[in-house]
Amino acid sequence: MTSTAAPATPEQAGIWRVVPALVLAIAAGWFATFLPLIAQGEYAEFVVPWIPSLNIELAFRLDALSLTFALLITGIGAICFLYASTYFRSDPRLKRLLSLLTLFAISMLGLVLADDAITLFVFWEGTTITSFLLVGYDHHKKSARDSALQALLVTGLGGLALLAGLILMGQVAGTYRISEWVQMGGIFRDSGLYLGMLTLVLLGCFTKSAQFPFHFWLPGAMAAPTPVSAYLHSATMVKAGVYLIARLSPALGGTEVWTWTLTLVGATTMIVASIWALKQTDLKLMLAYTTVMALGALVMFLGGDYYYATTGAVTFIIVHALYKATLFLSVGMLDKMAGTREVEALGGLRRAMPLTWGIILLAAASMAGFLPFFGFIGKELKYEGALGVASEPLLVASAAVLANALMVAAAGMVALKPFLGAQRSPKPAPSDPPMTMWIGPALLAVMGLTFGLFPDLIGPTLILPMAEVVYGGPVPVEVKLWAGVNTALKLSIATFLLGFVFYWMLSRIRQSLDKEVPRVADAAEGYEILLQGMKDLAAWTARTIQPGKMTSYLRYTFLLMGVLVWGAILIGTGGIDLELGDVPIFHSAIVAIIAVSTFAIVVTGSRLVAITALGGVGAGLAVIFVLYSAIDVALTQLLVEILVVVFIAVALLKLPRAGTGRLRIGDASISVMLGLGVTFGLMAVMSTPLDRTIPDYFEAVSYSEAFGRNIVNVILVDFRALDTLGEIAVVVIAAVAAVAALRGGGQEVEK
Amino acid sequence: MILVWPIVIPMLTAALLLLLPNRFAAQRAVALVSSVVLLGAGLLLLARVLGEGPIAAQLGGWAAPFGITLVADILSAAMVVITGIIAVAVSIYAYGELEGADEANGHHALTQALLTGVCGAFLTGDIFNLYVWFEVMLIASFGLLVVGGGRAQIDGAVKYVGLNLIATLAFLSGIGLLYGTTGTLNMADLAGKLDGRQEEMAVLISAALLLFAFGAKAGMFPAFFWLPASYHTPSITSAALFSALLTKVGVYALIRTFTLVYDVDVPAVQTVLIWGAVLTMVVGVLGAAAQSSVRRILSWHIISQIGYMILGLAIYTPLALVGAIFYLFHHIVVKANLFLIAGVIKRLTGSEDLYKIGGLWKAKPWLGVLFLIPALSLAGIPPLSGFWAKLLVIQASLEAEGWLLAFFALAVGLLTVFSMSKIWLEAFWKPHPDGDDAVNGHVPWSMYLPIIALAAITIFIGLFAGMFVDAAITSADQILNPDAYINAVLGGS
Repeated sequence: MTSTAAPATPEQAGIWRVVPALVLAIAAGWFATFLPLIAQGEYAEFVVPWIPSLNIELAFRLDALSLTFALLITGIGAICFLYASTYFRSDPRLKRLLSLLTLFAISMLGLVLADDAITLFVFWEGTTITSFLLVGYDHHKKSARDSALQALLVTGLGGLALLAGLILMGQVAGTYRISEWVQMGGIFRDSGLYLGMLTLVLLGCFTKSAQFPFHFWLPGAMAAPTPVSAYLHSATMVKAGVYLIARLSPALGGTEVWTWTLTLVGATTMIVASIWALKQTDLKLMLAYTTVMALGALVMFLGGDYYYATTGAVTFIIVHALYKATLFLSVGMLDKMAGTREVEALGGLRRAMPLTWGIILLAAASMAGFLPFFGFIGKELKYEGALGVASEPLLVASAAVLANALMVAAAGMVALKPFLGAQRSPKPAPSDPPMTMWIGPALLAVMGLTFGLFPDLIGPTLILPMAEVVYGGPVPVEVKLWAGVNTALKLSIATFLLGFVFYWMLSRIRQSLDKEVPRVADAAEGYEILLQGMKDLAAWTARTIQPGKMTSYLRYTFLLMGVLVWGAILIGTGGIDLELGDVPIFHSAIVAIIAVSTFAIVVTGSRLVAITALGGVGAGLAVIFVLYSAIDVALTQLLVEILVVVFIAVALLKLPRAGTGRLRIGDASISVMLGLGVTFGLMAVMSTPLDRTIPDYFEAVSYSEAFGRNIVNVILVDFRALDTLGEIAVVVIAAVAAVAALRGGGQEVEK
Repeated sequence: MILVWPIVIPMLTAALLLLLPNRFAAQRAVALVSSVVLLGAGLLLLARVLGEGPIAAQLGGWAAPFGITLVADILSAAMVVITGIIAVAVSIYAYGELEGADEANGHHALTQALLTGVCGAFLTGDIFNLYVWFEVMLIASFGLLVVGGGRAQIDGAVKYVGLNLIATLAFLSGIGLLYGTTGTLNMADLAGKLDGRQEEMAVLISAALLLFAFGAKAGMFPAFFWLPASYHTPSITSAALFSALLTKVGVYALIRTFTLVYDVDVPAVQTVLIWGAVLTMVVGVLGAAAQSSVRRILSWHIISQIGYMILGLAIYTPLALVGAIFYLFHHIVVKANLFLIAGVIKRLTGSEDLYKIGGLWKAKPWLGVLFLIPALSLAGIPPLSGFWAKLLVIQASLEAEGWLLAFFALAVGLLTVFSMSKIWLEAFWKPHPDGDDAVNGHVPWSMYLPIIALAAITIFIGLFAGMFVDAAITSADQILNPDAYINAVLGGS
């Protein structure tokens, strides 16, 4: 048997392959021991401080809601891990896959157990990153890389919004403990920031749980290998958003905007996804869209402020996880053993793969909501809830019926098409897979039937406590298979009839869908446009700001400096009050030399002249130091000046020839503005009286304590000796650097 | 005395190294030992400051404000420690990376000179002395840019030094104006002398010049041109050192002067800082998204991340300042590490150009893990250090009701994820264009070792963020209530 994902290598023997699965199975068993505790409405808690000064704790809390998810994560996880260790047994990357999956499982567990909002977010992002790495598992394909990036950016966007929302909630509540939040709903709803935090939190949940218009990343994520899709993108991670909505509904829910937003977004997602599901011929993609549909249904029912709706939603979480993981894994078996997932290329496999068919039939029956499967109970509860929601029962109920009917058709497609009719498959001799692959899905499928037949196993122990956590109050509902002939049952019958019609007309529906609505709500296109727009903007920014031309850099640098200085001049208080005394002619002459040299640098076209004139400026400055009796400073100045001239000379030789020195009005304005600004600054300073404390001190102690008559010298070598030491260092380093530059120049020329 | 060591150790080492020309093995060993000693000195200093509060030393025995004062509070001491960590990391990395020209032209001596300047800048209490250390840094970094000797290096170095000289010039002019106005250069003394004079024209002009100078050093918009023009040109060892420390000295100087000497909450100053910070964040990350070579992406990211730090300073609440300080510390570790990894990528695949390389995830999965740690940290993914840094800044923005600021901080975070994923997608996931066998360069352990150590630090800061946040809180408190600092410098009541 060869793997489709990578070149075949010898099978990887060793018990390590099943260790992660085993660990998860043990964890599932451990979580199951909490069931009695949870059934009594109790909870378990584990808290250690993390960042006390920010009120952030590593707080975990096991209640009915988190226990349900923990059981799904560990239980389905164990099954998917076991499956993967067989599915990829000839793939050299199996170790990496199992490591990533384990990391994901930890993140996901942390997410659902966290009771501190920041802790929750930590794990939330953990699932985003591990999902990114898993979607890109077949990273040699560009499509896989693009899908991974898409999933990362969409869920990353939501994650950031969620972070902001959680911080706002934390600031309003004064704590990050979610268990405290859910008891102080009024504080959030009455806060002026309610709409803001609701929008941000829901943005996070909607992107993660693939709600319209962010749904498109999920089918893209099907680039991941089948066990990964089964685990992350049907059973666990995509429900993280749903989980958080459920978790926070006592805190944020109960308002009109909550109900309407969730109902409309959920319903739209559900309908759009059901239609898309029917369009698919790739069974895995079809399942992906039905997952989106299920997530939409969950969001819609969580929005209904009615305990039946809540109970329906939480039941459906379990129902869906059981059948959807089974179907994903089974499609993987078809893919592996029969060679394709394309429904059109498969047929008549009932004899070759009887076990696979049996498993799929069980799961599909639960998906379609047939009696006596667990799916039937979920569906009845949802209908009951739909009829009772306060806002818009007709809308919710009809949306639910339509979507469920499409679901029946989809179930038929996956359960019947590949198995009935004449046998065909790309692989000549299809057969059932080894036991390690089918045992897990079989277990899940049987559970879907068992919970339907014996709802008491799970109803009072898990579902009702969970519904109470989510609803935030008592839930007077009974979870049972047969609730008598009521409106919900009539809706169910209507659903089946409609569903059979859809299945019957499937190919015709698909054709007309292809023709009529080739672009129904293709938000992926919007993503592409946004992404390209961002790239264009980025390229434009980089091009404009960093064109690689020194002249441009200098222009903007000086402009900025001038603007800042002038801003200070215009805003600053106190004016300029200055009288110029007599200026000795010698001083004026030096200033003139400096000015003329500067002007020469600016206007000359010759580099030699420019460098020479630069030396003139430096020399002029040195003379000014001499005039003020600072010989040492003047010498240093000259030395550094000479080195700088040498540097620039060396560097300029390596640069392309400059243009002419013609005057540019814009640049000239900038220099004049800056020059005037600095001059004003100097005048402003000279208008304030000099505080003579320090000069007076120097004059007083320079001979008596520092034993030097030349105050400048004493300042240089004693009062401020460290400055001088630093400047000496500068000279030495400059020399080293100059030598390096010159040597470098030589090497380059030799090449 | 303890305040002098972090300056004296690298300075003496630099001098010693100049006496060992062409004895590369000896140079490397001396540089490494010296860096370890520097780190030790930094840790002693930090321990002392954490225990006693700010401490000061009057050089030459001249009482402040007449001589030059060295002073350390938690921020200074922590910056010296992190400088030591980076020094050790690049000294080890140099063993594996450097060859020929760099060492022959004085790489090690210049590195130690640069460290002298950096530590001096962190420890000085005198604004003119700060200028001197900036000069030391500038000239040493210029030297490090040209020691490799190629044409690209010279071109980058000229842009680097030219633009930085303008900033230095502005710095000096600002000091001149400040001295003319107050008659003192001691920063603690300036704090008192400028009390109530913050909005005087001369003071504001000096503030504008210093803001410009430090902003340019830090790589703020729109004065960062020197950075993307030069950081991709020198050896990886030097680029990592630069990326870790140079801009951060600018940020440090901004924090120090605009809390102690000037007041951030002069409305004009605050407005300029806030929007300067936001533009820096946005433009930097957009620039990064447009690049296609590893070090260029990383260089632009520095700019973007500097924006977060300045934003923390500009919002100027205690929490925001905590964020800025935490960010500063975290970023140095992460950014240096990413540059070091860029060097390994280059060695293995033969290029830094993302279009020409690939195949690393398949060939070197552990390098992938090592890359992901700092990359995800930079992108602010929990529980790594960068997450807490970002969280603090965003919390502070929201707390101050700066909705727009929080929005930009978050949006830039998403774009950061995008541009880091670009490196991942192209260098790690995409097959190498020349086939799997093209990933064949030899990378010695001396290059991996610092990467592993810095990644471990990143994880450690992330997991045990509590104590770092607490230290940052104490540090921010020292900065916002500088009485202890001023008393340490000026003595007395």
